Amino acid sequence: MTGGAASAGAVEATAIETRELRKEFGRIVALAGLTMTVPRGEVFGFLGPNGAGKTTAVKLLLGLSRPTSGAGHVLGGPLGDVAARRRVGYLPELFRYQGWMTAREVLALHCELARLPRTEWAPEIDAALELVDLVDRADGRTQTFSKGMQQRLGLAVALLGRPDLVVLDEPTSALDPVGRQDVRRLIGSLRDRGTTVFLNSHLLTEVERVCDRVAIVDHGRVVAELRMDELTQERGVRLRVTGPDGAVREVAAGYGPTRADGDWLVVDGIADADVPQLVAALVARGGAIHAVVPAHQSLEERFMSLLGVAPEEEGPEPASTGRGTGA
Amino acid sequence: MSGIGPIVIVARLTLREAFRRRLLWALAGLTALIVVLTWWGFSRVAEASPITGPVQMLGVSQVMVMLAFMFSFVLAMTAVFAGSPAIGPEIESGLLLAILARPIRRSEVLLGRWLGLAVVLVAYALVAGYLEIAAVALATGYVPTDPLTPPIYLAGEALILLTLAIVLSTRIASVAGGAMAVVAYGLAWMAGVLGGVGEAFNSDVLRGAGFVARLILPSDVMWRGCAGALTPTEDILTAGGMANASLYKFSPFSGTTPSLEWLLWCAVWIVGALAIGILLLRRREL
Repeated sequence: MTGGAASAGAVEATAIETRELRKEFGRIVALAGLTMTVPRGEVFGFLGPNGAGKTTAVKLLLGLSRPTSGAGHVLGGPLGDVAARRRVGYLPELFRYQGWMTAREVLALHCELARLPRTEWAPEIDAALELVDLVDRADGRTQTFSKGMQQRLGLAVALLGRPDLVVLDEPTSALDPVGRQDVRRLIGSLRDRGTTVFLNSHLLTEVERVCDRVAIVDHGRVVAELRMDELTQERGVRLRVTGPDGAVREVAAGYGPTRADGDWLVVDGIADADVPQLVAALVARGGAIHAVVPAHQSLEERFMSLLGVAPEEEGPEPASTGRGTGA
Repeated sequence: MSGIGPIVIVARLTLREAFRRRLLWALAGLTALIVVLTWWGFSRVAEASPITGPVQMLGVSQVMVMLAFMFSFVLAMTAVFAGSPAIGPEIESGLLLAILARPIRRSEVLLGRWLGLAVVLVAYALVAGYLEIAAVALATGYVPTDPLTPPIYLAGEALILLTLAIVLSTRIASVAGGAMAVVAYGLAWMAGVLGGVGEAFNSDVLRGAGFVARLILPSDVMWRGCAGALTPTEDILTAGGMANASLYKFSPFSGTTPSLEWLLWCAVWIVGALAIGILLLRRREL
């Protein structure tokens, strides 16, 4: 239970696997057929708009709810398997801990529930308190804790016993920017030691920064699964250019596939190093350049396009003022 | 289906909570106060009229039964108010989510909560009950026919009501569940009274109604057992002026020792109700 992915994970290559997982609440379909695979040792972002079925999926994975149909495995055991749950840490979206207990007592309770050997309790609790920066309040009753401190305690609870899989359901919802940064750092250290992290969040920038891979869910189905490095490797440039339309298009087409996006001309596939040359060529053919913006698609843009939400008319304003090249 | 370890963990947690939230202290304090008041009150009675003859004995026994009834009511309310928030609010607040994600079954959580509260209630019933009987004996010299069993019957009644409250708490909000359990307790007592009237006046309808009510919620079986154990012997009843002793035995504040079948039914009822509670909790969406 404390061996991390290296020891316990040798047998199974995947931490989570689901096939057509479906959950209905009466007539409401919360999950319409979730099929996904989460490899071991990765930080996996689970994204979706409100009501997409994210929390329902998490509850199914942890055996807190039963699927209407479909199947899945977590750490090699079927959904809800008690033995597999020994190696899972979980921070619920709706977190609350016994108000009459101190933080240390809550952690001791979870050490006991997780069946950690009693000799490991004290070092595990100290390490967890240290990780979430709650050492000073370890002996304070949790009913006196702020929401942010309760969420930190929840994180500490989830990290007890060095679980192979940590499921975090909106782990930064109550945290300030410093706390969010701490959580990102924490998730990074979990990845470094081989722990699989399943991060359920709607904060796209946060997911973009820490995840290796994301699944985007909508209406209870995975609509896309992508690796973050693939997303950032995509190249392109957005130009706001006026001038002889035919000539501008002709020049731009020499550097890659072009398309119009409102007032913007998008050239896909162009390397950053070739952009000055493209700009010079456009100017030489009578084009007037008003702005040039690198067009790496952000997770948010990909997210919006997958969900069928139209991009904002004005284009990427903040970037265009800071990084654009006037003509 | 369930392991003993997780049940004990949850039971211990429940006991600690009762201790930390001063439930145990409140019960201990109230018990001490009532015992002292009982001793003082009965001492004054004995001072005014030494308990020597059957009339005095009958008088003391009647006051004891009334005391036991009050205690039975307090115990029943304690069981209901301890049991009705045992599961539901913990689900609604999210407290159980973190616990149930651990290697522990829902059945183990329910049984652990029941066990922890059962220990508190049984200990309270036995300690307070025996202290009351001792206080009366000390003050008046009167010892009921069967002084050992009344607190055990009251503990049994508390367990039945605790079980009912916990089962309701798996699906119903604590205030509504608590109210339902209190009403059910009151109805069961009233049905017991009607059943007694049916016995006294040989009415099959009332007798049958009392029987069915006892099957549905057997808490009154336990109360009648307690009252029966505190009721004086027929000699004292007759000598004390109760011309028709058998009729007296069917009054709302008296009773008879329940049969073995009824005691077994109480045990079966508790086990069956817990099984239903487990089923309801397992099917509940968290």
